[in-house]
Amino acid sequence: MNARSPWSEDRATAVIAANRHLRGALLPMLHALQEEFGCIDEEAIPLLARELNLSRADVHGVVSFYHEFRRSRPGRHTIKVCRAEACQSMNADGLIDHIRRRLKVDFHETTADDAFSLEPVFCLGNCALAPAVMVDETLHGRVSPARFDAITASTLATEAAR
Amino acid sequence: MSEPLHTVALHTVYVPRDAAALSVGADETAAAIRAEATRRGIPLRIVRNGSRGMLWLETLVEVETPEGRVAYGPVMAEDVAGLFDAGFLEGADHALAHGLTEKIPYFARQERLTFARCGIIDPLSVEDYRLHGGFRGLERALAMTPAEIVTEVTDSGLRGRGGAGFPTGIKWNTVLNAQADQKYICCNADEGDSGTFADRMIMEGDPFCLIEGMTIAAIAVGATEGYIYIRSEYPHAVATMREAIRLAYDEKWLGDEIHGTGHRFHLDVRVGAGAYICGEETSMLESLEGKRGTVRAKPPLPALEGLFGKPTVVNNVLSLTSVPIILDRGADYYRDFGVGRSRGTLAFQLAGNIKHGGIVEKAFGVTLHELLYEFGGGTITGRPIRAVQAGGPLGAYLPPSLFDLPKDYEAFAAVEAMVGHGGIVVFDDSVDMARQARFAMEFCAAESCGKCTPCRIGAVRGVEVMDRIIAGEKVATNITLLNDLCEVMTDGSLCAMGGMTPIPVRSALKHFPEDFTRSPAAVAAE
Ligand SMILES: Cc1cc2nc3c(=O)[nH]c(=O)nc-3n(C[C@H](O)[C@H](O)[C@H](O)COP(=O)(O)O)c2cc1C
Ligand code: SF4
Ligand code: FES
Repeated sequence: MNARSPWSEDRATAVIAANRHLRGALLPMLHALQEEFGCIDEEAIPLLARELNLSRADVHGVVSFYHEFRRSRPGRHTIKVCRAEACQSMNADGLIDHIRRRLKVDFHETTADDAFSLEPVFCLGNCALAPAVMVDETLHGRVSPARFDAITASTLATEAAR
Repeated sequence: MSEPLHTVALHTVYVPRDAAALSVGADETAAAIRAEATRRGIPLRIVRNGSRGMLWLETLVEVETPEGRVAYGPVMAEDVAGLFDAGFLEGADHALAHGLTEKIPYFARQERLTFARCGIIDPLSVEDYRLHGGFRGLERALAMTPAEIVTEVTDSGLRGRGGAGFPTGIKWNTVLNAQADQKYICCNADEGDSGTFADRMIMEGDPFCLIEGMTIAAIAVGATEGYIYIRSEYPHAVATMREAIRLAYDEKWLGDEIHGTGHRFHLDVRVGAGAYICGEETSMLESLEGKRGTVRAKPPLPALEGLFGKPTVVNNVLSLTSVPIILDRGADYYRDFGVGRSRGTLAFQLAGNIKHGGIVEKAFGVTLHELLYEFGGGTITGRPIRAVQAGGPLGAYLPPSLFDLPKDYEAFAAVEAMVGHGGIVVFDDSVDMARQARFAMEFCAAESCGKCTPCRIGAVRGVEVMDRIIAGEKVATNITLLNDLCEVMTDGSLCAMGGMTPIPVRSALKHFPEDFTRSPAAVAAE
C-alpha cells in the first residue's frame, strides 16, 4: 500500500529532523517524506531548502532528477512493470498491453477509482524469471496476463468492496 | 508443537528468501510447509536461505539428509501435501525431486568462489557465516599491513566486476597512497543493467560477505567510513543489508574497535531513487552527497577526490565480495582460475528467454555457447536463439556465429562487445532487432544525466531516426544518419552512457541488417 497520510507540516518537519544527522541527507529525507505522504509535496520544498541551506531550485532540481520521486499522490497501490531487455524478450510488451486494457490506465497514470498507479521500470533484478512486475513492494516473476489477473484479483476485490 | 522435541528427529528444511524465489511464491511455500508439518505433528526447522541461483527451479526446497541436502523444485504451496505424503523429509523420490542439490549438473559444474555460501547458509546468521569460512579473510587482513593487503588483491588479478574491468588492487593502491584526514569505501550496488541480478542475490544470500569485503578494503586503504548505495528497486536487498549491518555491529565486526583491534569502520546503506546513471561512479557519489546524479568530469579520479572530496574506493558488489576469499585462500588460488588477463571467476547471469535462467559462476574463458546451451538449455519458448545481449543495455547484440567466443574481457573487446557485469540476455527468433536498436536509444534518452549534448539530444534524435527506419522511410539515408549520430555520441559523450549506447545499435545493424531494411509493406503485413 502507498502511504496516504495527508500533508502535515509538523509531521514533515519531524521526518526531516529525524534524518538531520546524516551526511548528504537530502535523498534519505526525500525517501522518508515520500514514505510518509506518498509523494514529495510542493510544501516540503521550502522546508528542505531551509534545513539544508539550499535554494528551492536546488531541491526542485534533485526531486525532478530521480524517477522515483513523485510530485503528486499515487493511487492506493503502485504497479511497476519492467520494460527492460530481459523482460522484453519474454513479451513484456504484450503484458503491458494487457495491463493497460485491463486496468484502463497508462504509464504514469492512476486508475479512475484511485486504486492503482502504473509505472514503468527498467529492471527489477528478476531477469531470469521475466517478465517481472512489482506491486507495492511485492515482486512477481514469470507474469503472464493470466497470472497478472490472479495477482491483482484480491486487491481488485478489496477495492471493489470499498 | 505438541511432542517433546528430543523424541523425534528434528528435520531441517531450506526455503529461500531471495527476492526471485519470493516472486514465484516462496513465502507461500514456506507457510504451507509449516502448516502441513503442524497438522501432521512433525517438528520442523525451516531455514530461510538465499538462492542457489538455479532460478528456474524456484521455489527450490531442500531437506537435510545424512547424505546431504536433497532438492525439490519448483515447489508451489499446492505441491506441499504431496511432498509430505511421498516422504520428502527423508529425501524420498517425487516428481519434483532432483536428488542431492550439489550433484545437479548445473550446480556441480560451476566454480563457486564468490557465491560459495550463497543459498547454503542462513544469510542473517553470523554463526552460520563463520561456520562456512566467513571472516577468515578479514582475520588474516587484520594481521597484515595495508600495503600487504593491497598487494594480495593486486596479485590476485581481480578486475572491477562493475563493467569497466579496472584492476582493483591498482585502484586501492591509489587511495592507500593518497594523503587525507578521511577516506571512504563506497560500494556500488546500483545494478541497473537489464539481465543482471548477481549483486542483489549475494546481498540477499550472503550479506556478511559484502561487509567483510568492505571492511578489508577499509583496512587496506585507511578508510573509516563506508556506504553501500543500493537501488530503490531492491527493497529486499536493502532490508537484508541493513539487518546484517546491525548484527555485524552487535558482534563487533563493525564499529570502533573491530574485534579488539585498533581498526575502526562504520558502514551505512543509502538508497538510490530510480536513475540508471547513478550506477556510474561519479554520479553515484553526487547522489550520495544528496545531489542530482550528474556525471563528474574525470580527473580528478574518485580515488583522489571522491565522496565529499575525499579519497574514495568505489567498487562493485562483486569486486568487494571476491576479496574475502582472496585474502583467505591467497592471491595465487584466485588467480589460477581464468584465462589471459581475465583472472578468477565471474557470476554469469542467464536471463530473458532462457530455459534454465540463473547464476553460473565460472572461471573466465567459458564460452557463450556453453553458458547458453549446456547450462541454459536454450530458450524457454523452444525456438532457436537469434541474439543475445551481453553486458547490459550498453552491451552488444551478438549473433550465434559469435557464440564460441570465450568470456574474456579482451576477446570480447576485440569484437566490440563487452563482458560487463556478466549479464546475458537471450532472445529467440521472434525478436525484431530494429526495435531493440530503437529501445537502446530510447533508454539513453530516458536515462541520460543531461550534462552533455551528444547524449542528451543525440539519443532523442536516435529514436526519431529509428522510427523512420522502422516505418521504411528513406531507409538508406536514415541508416547513414544513424551511423553519423552513433559516431558523434561515441566521440563526444562525457561518459559511457552516451558513449556506449551506439554499441547495441551498431551491433544490431551489423549482425542483423535484414531487420533494418524490410520494405514498409513487409512491416505492415506482420
Ligand atoms: C552508465 C553507467 C552505468 C553504470 N552502472 C554500474 C552499476 O550499476 N554498478 C556498478 O558496479 N558499476 C556501474 N558502472 C561502472 C562504474 O562507473 C564503476 O566503473 C564501477 O562501479 C567501479 O567498480 P569496480 O571497479 O569494482 O567495477 C556504470 C558505468 C556507467 C558508465
Ligand atoms: S554521456 Fe550522457 S549520461 Fe554521460 S555525462 Fe553525458 S549526458 Fe550524462
Ligand atoms: S529486465 Fe525485467 S527484471 Fe530485469
